[in-house]
Amino acid sequence: MVDKILIENLSLQYSDGAESLRNVSMGIRENAVTVLFGPAGGGKSTLLRCLNRLNDLTDIKTSSGQILIDGENILDPKTDVIALRRKVGMVFARPVPLPMSIRENVVYGLELAGETRGSKLNEAVERSLKLAAIWDEVKDRLDEPAVALSGGQQQRVCLARVLALQPEIILLDEPTSGLDPISTGKVEDALLELKKEFTIILVPHSIQQAARTADYAAFFLTGELVEYGEGKSLFTIPKQKKTEDYIMGRFG
Amino acid sequence: MEKSLSWREFIITRLIQGAGYSAIVFVGLIFFFLLREGLPALGDVDITSLLSVRWYPIEDYFGILPLITGSLIITLGAALIAVPFGIGAAVYISEIAPRWMREILKPLVELLGGLPSVVLGFLGILVLSPYIRVFLNLPTGLTAFTGSLLLGGIAVPTIVSVAEDALDSVPRAYREGAWALGATKWQTIWRVTLPAAKSGVLTAVMLGIGRAIGETMTVMMVTGNAPVLATKLGSIFSPVRTMTATIAAEMGEVANGSAHYHVLFFIGMMLFLISLAVNIIASSVVFRAKKRAERILS
Amino acid sequence: MMTKFLSRNRHAVQRLGFVAITLMAIVTVLPIVGTILFIIYKGGSAISWEFLSGFPHDGMRAGGIFPAIVGTLYLTLGTAVFSVPLGIAAAIYLAEYAKDNQWTRLIRLAIINLAGIPSVVYGLFGLGLFVLFLKFGTSILAASLTLSIMTLPVIISASEEALRTVPQAFRTVSISLGATRWQTIRKIILKEALPGILTGVILGLERAAGETAPILFTGAAFFLPRLPNSPFDATMALPYHLFVISTQVPEMPIQIQYGTALVLLAFVLTMNVIATVIRSRARARRQW
Repeated sequence: MVDKILIENLSLQYSDGAESLRNVSMGIRENAVTVLFGPAGGGKSTLLRCLNRLNDLTDIKTSSGQILIDGENILDPKTDVIALRRKVGMVFARPVPLPMSIRENVVYGLELAGETRGSKLNEAVERSLKLAAIWDEVKDRLDEPAVALSGGQQQRVCLARVLALQPEIILLDEPTSGLDPISTGKVEDALLELKKEFTIILVPHSIQQAARTADYAAFFLTGELVEYGEGKSLFTIPKQKKTEDYIMGRFG
Repeated sequence: MEKSLSWREFIITRLIQGAGYSAIVFVGLIFFFLLREGLPALGDVDITSLLSVRWYPIEDYFGILPLITGSLIITLGAALIAVPFGIGAAVYISEIAPRWMREILKPLVELLGGLPSVVLGFLGILVLSPYIRVFLNLPTGLTAFTGSLLLGGIAVPTIVSVAEDALDSVPRAYREGAWALGATKWQTIWRVTLPAAKSGVLTAVMLGIGRAIGETMTVMMVTGNAPVLATKLGSIFSPVRTMTATIAAEMGEVANGSAHYHVLFFIGMMLFLISLAVNIIASSVVFRAKKRAERILS
Repeated sequence: MMTKFLSRNRHAVQRLGFVAITLMAIVTVLPIVGTILFIIYKGGSAISWEFLSGFPHDGMRAGGIFPAIVGTLYLTLGTAVFSVPLGIAAAIYLAEYAKDNQWTRLIRLAIINLAGIPSVVYGLFGLGLFVLFLKFGTSILAASLTLSIMTLPVIISASEEALRTVPQAFRTVSISLGATRWQTIRKIILKEALPGILTGVILGLERAAGETAPILFTGAAFFLPRLPNSPFDATMALPYHLFVISTQVPEMPIQIQYGTALVLLAFVLTMNVIATVIRSRARARRQW
């Protein structure tokens, strides 16, 4: 097993003084689900948004350290962020179907990448919708607007939209926070399948979900990485008092 | 392919940025050309004669005082009409009218804002002024008062829409709080909602007045065009001549580069500076209010 | 007893106040409706095919107003050519690119000021810059450029507002899928903001179509026995023509005056109604 991503001494502060990261260092394994958890405002989402440079859209006061993906520092200003974002896909907390049909949603990124061949696009639609475990539900209505789907279906279409680009890493920021338990189960099942091919980093919406899905887990508190290790051991015998307190529900 | 894409992106971004800054360029250009053509007036005409009370360009009398008082008296009259009615209508639309009524009234007020001023002037000549002449028993119906009435109508939509926005942005919780304390709707409007929207309403009034000072065609058509110094309130019932109307009426007939030409540009420069002052003051009020709103929303 | 009296009094005051305010609103709105109906009533009988498609003759006291209609169309289109791309681009800059700094605040201040400058001052500016300095002469081109700058603030403000109502999440998602900022704007944001932008554009052009003062010395012709041949020709225009025949021509038949006013009003009202319809339909159909 190798580290797909290596984060070294990453610190970041927003201009408005909100959530920040303090000197975070960790490696993230390939083909596994790594869970980032902890109370709100701990820096999980910020870290996710560093990994695909989505933070470029936000006002950042200071940042330092580096993030190596396959050995390349992606925080380097010379990084091709467009290529990076194709390689590192992201699913958001609230499903955001773009205002177009299901099919157009799925091929949106591919078309931007310059793919115009209809056969390739159709192939990608079927493959990624199947991977996201939504194909059977939408295959007859691909040209309907994506907003017409239920929340859970929308979120899986959003996942398929990311998968269509054939990324190597998938970031999920509380992807099931607005979903019912059945939809949540479907998304989690899809993740278990997906980790065979992809490196997955998940911010779960509950500790239970963290425990269910984590191969590796990292506990964040007020911008610092408190504890990081294999999911099984971290959730059963945490080494740090703070981690234990949080898992036991004593704060958070 | 990636390279060409980023080049295109770069050029488009620059173009868009250029368009964004164009507004500054245009304001600068306008001011520059007004200065360029208007400042020589100070060389052509003595400053004392410029500030005299006689405007009779054919014999080189360029006293702009009657034009200034003409503009002032008409604007004052327009404000007296437009401010109460504008705020009243805004309060009605925002606080009292049922929803369906609002859906009708808002576009109608917008429509009034879009009526060409020349149409209002036209009706002023044909319909309004004869009535005014008869009812007030005046030698002519083309007076400052006629102009004020119509200008009031022109300023109203500006006041209504800006004031209505301001009232609308008062948080609902303020009103509910007042009702919960036993205030009637009426008391809530006067003691809570209007005071809370004070800065926006003030802006509305200023912008409305700004609109009135700058209005040209209507006043040119209905005020009788007599450059007579307005000295007393009674002047409102006699013909006057505004700064804007003077430019519009005379610019077409002057020789380029003549003293008359320069003086007309000089008047334009004054109008520009007045509108600049009105808008900067009004917008500084808006900016402050907006900042507060942004803080609340973020 | 006391409180009861007080409260009855309070409600009487309220009822009185409401009646007063309602009356004020009616007094404000009624003249608009009245004006429109009056002009339709008075001008309707003047409208005929000859009036709309014929040239004026007998010192404009007879015949039609075709050249004025065509002229206003030309001026409106000319204004659109310059102000629409520039205005939308400026709105895109403000809504999508501009950071909240001193420069942006200066741009906003400039836009507010452009909106407040008296129309006759635009006329002076157009005369100084386009007619004389750039030597375009009294022409459709000079008048259109003048009207464009006057229209710009309306188009920019309305378009910016339309762009800002498009949810931020669309931008974030699009960028995260490897789109550039411009691709995001072109493929998603503009499409969603289109009805709002269109409404603003039409309202801006409506204003330009009805204006007289800015074209007085930049492009309007008192009388032209033919249609303009090129953008460098002067042109007749409906608002200026109405001004001319209602103040400058003695013994002008009243019917022609009302007819001209009606055509101008119809021109402007149609644009206004189109804008209103686009806006309300877009609101009803919006899915976010």
